[in-house]
Amino acid sequence: MLLKTFKGGIHPPGHKKLSRDKPFVNLSIPHRCYIPLQQHIGKPAVPLVEVDDIVEEGQMIGRADGFISANVHASIPGRVVEITDYPTVYSEHGQCVVIEAEGSFSSSGKNVESRNWEELSSDELMNLVHEAGITGMGGAAFPTAVKLSPPEHREIDTFVVNGAECEPYLTVDDMLMQTYPDEIIEGIRITLKILKINKAAIGIEKNKPEAIKAISKAIENGNFNETIELHPLPVKYPQGAEKQLIYTILKREVPSGELPLDVGVVVNNVGTIFAMREAVLFGKPLIERYLTVTGSIVKNPGNYKVRIGARITDIIEECGGLTGKPAKVIMGGPMCGLALNHMETSVVKGTSGVLILGQDEVAIHDYSPCIRCGRCVAACPMQLMPNELGNAVEKQRYDIAETLHPFDCIMCGSCTYVCPSKRPLSHFIKLAQVTFSAKR
Amino acid sequence: MADEKRLQEDLVLSNAPHIRSKDSVKKVMWLVVISLLPVTINSIYLFGYQVLLLIGAAVITAVAAEAAYQFLLKRKITALDGSAALTGLLLAMNVPPHAPVWMVTIGSVFAIIIAKQLFGGIGFNIFNPALAGRAFLMASWPVEMTTTWHPFPSGNVLSSSLPRVQSLSQEAVDTITSATPLGVLKDGPGLLKDLAVAPGQLHEFLFSGEMLKSLFMGNIGGCIGETSALFILIGASFLLYKRIITWHIPVSYIGTVVIIMLMYYLFNDSDMPYQAILFHLLSGGLMLGAFYMATDMVTSPVTARGMIIFGAGCGIITSVIRLWGGYPEGVSYSILLMNAAVPLIDRLTKPRVFGTEKN
Repeated sequence: MLLKTFKGGIHPPGHKKLSRDKPFVNLSIPHRCYIPLQQHIGKPAVPLVEVDDIVEEGQMIGRADGFISANVHASIPGRVVEITDYPTVYSEHGQCVVIEAEGSFSSSGKNVESRNWEELSSDELMNLVHEAGITGMGGAAFPTAVKLSPPEHREIDTFVVNGAECEPYLTVDDMLMQTYPDEIIEGIRITLKILKINKAAIGIEKNKPEAIKAISKAIENGNFNETIELHPLPVKYPQGAEKQLIYTILKREVPSGELPLDVGVVVNNVGTIFAMREAVLFGKPLIERYLTVTGSIVKNPGNYKVRIGARITDIIEECGGLTGKPAKVIMGGPMCGLALNHMETSVVKGTSGVLILGQDEVAIHDYSPCIRCGRCVAACPMQLMPNELGNAVEKQRYDIAETLHPFDCIMCGSCTYVCPSKRPLSHFIKLAQVTFSAKR
Repeated sequence: MADEKRLQEDLVLSNAPHIRSKDSVKKVMWLVVISLLPVTINSIYLFGYQVLLLIGAAVITAVAAEAAYQFLLKRKITALDGSAALTGLLLAMNVPPHAPVWMVTIGSVFAIIIAKQLFGGIGFNIFNPALAGRAFLMASWPVEMTTTWHPFPSGNVLSSSLPRVQSLSQEAVDTITSATPLGVLKDGPGLLKDLAVAPGQLHEFLFSGEMLKSLFMGNIGGCIGETSALFILIGASFLLYKRIITWHIPVSYIGTVVIIMLMYYLFNDSDMPYQAILFHLLSGGLMLGAFYMATDMVTSPVTARGMIIFGAGCGIITSVIRLWGGYPEGVSYSILLMNAAVPLIDRLTKPRVFGTEKN
């Protein structure tokens, strides 16, 4: 049976009002940038600079190592003062290149002449994307060039553009689509050329009417109705999860353990597409990004343009500081984001938002036994049984957990969200995944 | 054990998600208790203040038994999470209005200690504790459990409408009014044989409009919480609205009873098949059972498909007991029997994982 949208899902409060109508503001250039060499899925980049080197803005400071990896560039011009381990969003000890601002800005503020991308070949375009170190900017940070070069035998027919932004609090993609609809459409066309296909479908949750209007107008104006379809999506978390998005738009199920390209689809987030276009047109590496800074105790929540490597403390200060004591600092949204233990952690390519929760918004829950209400089963967008997985892991019965498809879990957190016993179900499932991965 | 830790800078570190729904076990349980207020108040109005005493005794005993057990076993005391209170309240709903207080107290202790805590406490019990308590009382004190109905001295449907059924003697009327409608349906022909009442006459009386109206409002013989379909439906609508229960179990349970009764009465050439179905829906513990007992989260399946199968099973067993069994009523036994089948149902109704073939 074909459903209008995916099965399961939840409706957490959106909290998007805090930043929804705030136009982009450029934050001032940070004095120091802490740029991790691992900002993406895959191998970390190999450093190309040494301490005391003077680097230009946008200069490559780390080269992709191996097939699944991405280049890293200097976000600010200046002197390399340190190359050492710092806590990053992904690890307690991640190698970072620390740059202290110095000298002049070569690219910011200047009008760079744009390339005519239509004259370039698919491979040339791809190379520009690779050089610029573009990664997925929705959160997972998978190197984009790798995603855009599917194995020869895979037949891709549709490019799915993710503008769902189902995470509560985050509004950056919404604002991006409202502000730069034509640029996003151009980015989609570039991607289509790279993939050598001519069908794209962009999905936007219906709670973003302005973005839908802007994108629809941009499609209309450019007369791209034939190639780019706009799909307003039901508002439901996790509508923006890759598999759920593909199902809702194309009614294709990505088989268990496989990738979107196994059903002929490549998915990219609108932010990634925007950055890709800049890389192709202006040769601009990924050294800055748009993100949402939000939370009830942030003085000026909004949507900001931030340099990669800027520290959260600096960003918060730029946003007017906090009006209360923070209890939790989250990179990303409240459902999938990562909690940080240092305010000094720096923004990376995949940072779609910085969310600060106040003392009264963070409860430390004691959890109690499952009361078998079945809410997690109803909420799971993958039709797993999080209750049984949780029980099995809690009793360390990994033999049982193994039969319950732990690797199909997409870590959306819906089960944990709905559980009245406050059981950390996705945490338990993660534990199962980690345990099985270690064994293999 | 909490899953979160506070680290340096006093920042809380935990896995995602960082927000949780506001629902908790406590909130769910107390909301169910609150939803039973209309039924409770109506039953006090109908049956008198001793009902309040019974309910109070059952609830307090249940909470105290849970607290004492947890204290003695040095467990975390969660007796006020609402689940014990709910068990006590539901047990009281399932005894006759003039049952002795001591009996309800013992039933409460049995429900909490034997049916719930010995299985491991909340979440681990296999049988609905309130119904297990009721079954225990039925087995131990059958007379108290089946004869202490409210007499309704005057002005109730039985006494006022009966004389309109011709040639029913006062003796027959007394026989009928001292039981529950389902009891009359089951035993009436036998009881009334000597009184020269034809089965048709009995049906004419039981399936009459007045009778159905009484069953809807509750001024009729039956257990404390089961007589008024109207007030049960008010509470149930609240639970459905709050999404504490879903439609699956009640609809499949009641729907199954409707289908079976329809077939039975059509096949048996009854004069009033549709009234008979309404009679079965409104009488006995079906409404209370379908909305409050069968929907107990701990003892019902977790998947939507499982819930539908569970409800249908309850409906089949209830109908079979009512039509062909030895007891007039089968709601509580049907739910208890289906409780036992829940692990099996859960296993058979595992959803198909997204992106996999049928499992």
